[in-house]
Amino acid sequence: MRIERINKKEYTQEKALTGISSPESIVDLKLIKPLLKKYKGKKGNLIPVLQGTQNIYGFIPEEAMLFIARETGIQVSDMYGVATFYAQFRLKPVGKYIIKMCHGTACHVQNVKAVTEDLQNFLGIKDGETTPDNIFTLETVACLGCCSLAPVMMIGDDTHGKLSGKKAVDVIKEFRRKETLSQKSKLTENISKN
Amino acid sequence: MANTKVIVGLGSCGIAAGAGKVYDELLRIREADNLDFELKKTSCIGMCFKEPLVEIIDDTGSYLYGEVDIKKADEILEKHIQNFSPIKEYIVKSDKYESVYKNYFDGQVKITLRNCGNINPESIDDYEESGGYEAIKKIGNERISANEIIKTILDSGLRGRGGGGFPTGLKWKFANNNRSKDKYIICNADEGDPGAFMDRSVLEGDPHSELEGMIIGAYSIGATEGVIYCRAEYPLAIKRLNIAIIQARERGYLGKDILGIEGFDFDLYIKEGAGAFVCGEETALIASVEGERGMPRKRPPFPAVSGLWRKPTNINNVETFANIPWIIVNGALAYAKYGTEKSKGTKVFALTGKIKNGGLVEVPMGITIKDIIYKLGGGIIGDKKFKAVQLGGPSGGCIPEYLSHTIVDYDSVNATGAIMGSGGMVVMDETTCMVDMARFFLEFTCKESCGKCTYCRVGTKRMLEILTRITQGEGKDGDIEKLEELAYQIKDGSLCGLGQTAPNPVLTTIKYFRDEYEAHIRDKKCPSVYCKKLLTYEIIEEKCTGCMVCKRGCPTKAITGEKKVPHIIHQELCIQCGDCYSKCKFDSIKVF
Ligand SMILES: Cc1cc2nc3c(=O)[nH]c(=O)nc-3n(C[C@H](O)[C@H](O)[C@H](O)COP(=O)(O)O)c2cc1C
Ligand code: FES
Repeated sequence: MRIERINKKEYTQEKALTGISSPESIVDLKLIKPLLKKYKGKKGNLIPVLQGTQNIYGFIPEEAMLFIARETGIQVSDMYGVATFYAQFRLKPVGKYIIKMCHGTACHVQNVKAVTEDLQNFLGIKDGETTPDNIFTLETVACLGCCSLAPVMMIGDDTHGKLSGKKAVDVIKEFRRKETLSQKSKLTENISKN
Repeated sequence: MANTKVIVGLGSCGIAAGAGKVYDELLRIREADNLDFELKKTSCIGMCFKEPLVEIIDDTGSYLYGEVDIKKADEILEKHIQNFSPIKEYIVKSDKYESVYKNYFDGQVKITLRNCGNINPESIDDYEESGGYEAIKKIGNERISANEIIKTILDSGLRGRGGGGFPTGLKWKFANNNRSKDKYIICNADEGDPGAFMDRSVLEGDPHSELEGMIIGAYSIGATEGVIYCRAEYPLAIKRLNIAIIQARERGYLGKDILGIEGFDFDLYIKEGAGAFVCGEETALIASVEGERGMPRKRPPFPAVSGLWRKPTNINNVETFANIPWIIVNGALAYAKYGTEKSKGTKVFALTGKIKNGGLVEVPMGITIKDIIYKLGGGIIGDKKFKAVQLGGPSGGCIPEYLSHTIVDYDSVNATGAIMGSGGMVVMDETTCMVDMARFFLEFTCKESCGKCTYCRVGTKRMLEILTRITQGEGKDGDIEKLEELAYQIKDGSLCGLGQTAPNPVLTTIKYFRDEYEAHIRDKKCPSVYCKKLLTYEIIEEKCTGCMVCKRGCPTKAITGEKKVPHIIHQELCIQCGDCYSKCKFDSIKVF
């Protein structure tokens, strides 16, 4: 069913422990203002507003929802209802790269399950989770429309087809390598600056 | 050569296969070596199994190269462009040679896909040069009335390609009959069926034909505003549609007093979906456009009476609209010439799964499934045994090999228990487990159920639990009967098409592959050797070299044996993880 129930106990415990409402408190609400200006008062605007918000932050922070409610008069409950209904919306922060693993019919028939298992083992995360270094989030989607290249995954705007477990892991390794390189160069840059 | 054109197929599938890099390479060499040819872009021509595709058209003829990578691109430029000698081994289609894929091309009739892969989808000039916007010009010039158009569409016999197969002309007539001042027309580009991509190809490859179809629809029913509801997973389609809309506005095909017809005002915009299968259902789609949760509403009232913002609304599928301009230009009879008595014209299918020539095919209605799979599709990968084909995705069902002489038209397919659906055709071979397929589809519909109807919400969950149990070797006597009972209750107790059709994959697999269910439940065996929990791994003594690789990797220490002596798997400890099987370099592990 398309309704996500949040485990209340876990949620409040986490809040109580950290004392802040997780990373959302660093959300810069000014960024949404142009978006609200564009859509305010237009009928049927809720989904585009949420899509825009997610484009800004990578997910929909609680603060942003409360802010939008204050500014536009849309009920928070309506917003929450819509955000949890559609697969596209995320209420938690995600990693730098989102790996969308296709579990559509064509990919299923070509045994995407085995590929996903290899990837999960390599990354040490399950579906919907993010690696501890915040680089990768693994998501399951239904059909990317490249079925003849099944099994398929999409990272950013790039689609990788005809995957095997090894090939998928190699793609991720390449991302990791680039990531370490860019971090290193940033580091040296900072050192030379100082 | 001055008139040489080099055209690269840049649809989503081509790009995924690396066509973007090939395009860049061709561009780079052209600039570096100062070569004289025109480099053009087009979209998917349907031959996804040979992507990336590059076509060269010169004074001598046309040559389509398949599976072009950067290396091949360099070679083609050198040999074909600079030395005028085409490389025959790479060519998949040409007017100069007989192609090995002759059957694939000859079996097709391209109406919906007439421009896909032939024109640059981002150029309105290309579209107009190949006969685009002729249909609306004809309507404008000859002052054809809305009623006449509706009659033409009725006569053509065109039925909705979104799955239901409702006659399009009739739908337009109902919408036209309504006297309301404000009416809407919606294009359903949600393409929710996983494993189908016909609509994506049309939108990416020929967005203007979509607009033209919608403009004609708007004129016929008297709509002033249009919406294209496109799924967000298709970023390229959305981009190209946006370009097309701007171009159409500039040329006056959208806006006020279109074609000089006074009072014919129409404009449209794109609404991006947010990932929900149920939003393909028309009333849920309307709720979603209105910014709500995509929950279906009760019908009647039908959208033609009260739809978007409670105004009369007409919803059609992408493929349906793409056919309209062709019918107006060529006439109803030209269209009705193809097909069977009750299903006219052509239909696009997305051939996927264990098929050699995976991609898009457009065939006249009435062709047999066998011909699609063997003549056009080239048969099964690895020449394995063909088991069944799934039509209609999660709402449809499977058709077994022995019924593959079934022809594709709405009624014949329905008679098997499957549905025509939107055109996904997933081919399965002997290694596909049908019980697992049913479980897969139920998992999908259970997740996608909007939760409004109890039977759909809870019933699909119960069915999924039973199916999961069976595939894990915990099936019980009576499970099949319980599945059937639940299936009929869900069909009867659900408001919308999602619930009403969700049990179809289970019912058809039980009908045609009951023995597979029984083998899972009674013998605890998966005949297709797919369901992990039901497999047995054994070492073939003669082949085992005693290399110890499997022994070291086994997580439960179920493998014993000395170095250089054949090992043994102790079945009582084995958890069927398959690690030994994938690691063995000597093929000495047997699974059954
Ligand atoms: C659960 C469900 C999902 C559907 N998904 C789609 C879809 O993705 N695309 C589509 O065109 N029609 C879909 N339909 C069918 C639409 O409700 C509608 O009948 C169709 O868009 C009408 O257009 P047509 O007459 O041109 O076929 C779906 C129906 C149901 C019940
Ligand atoms: S099923 Fe995976 S891309 Fe379509």
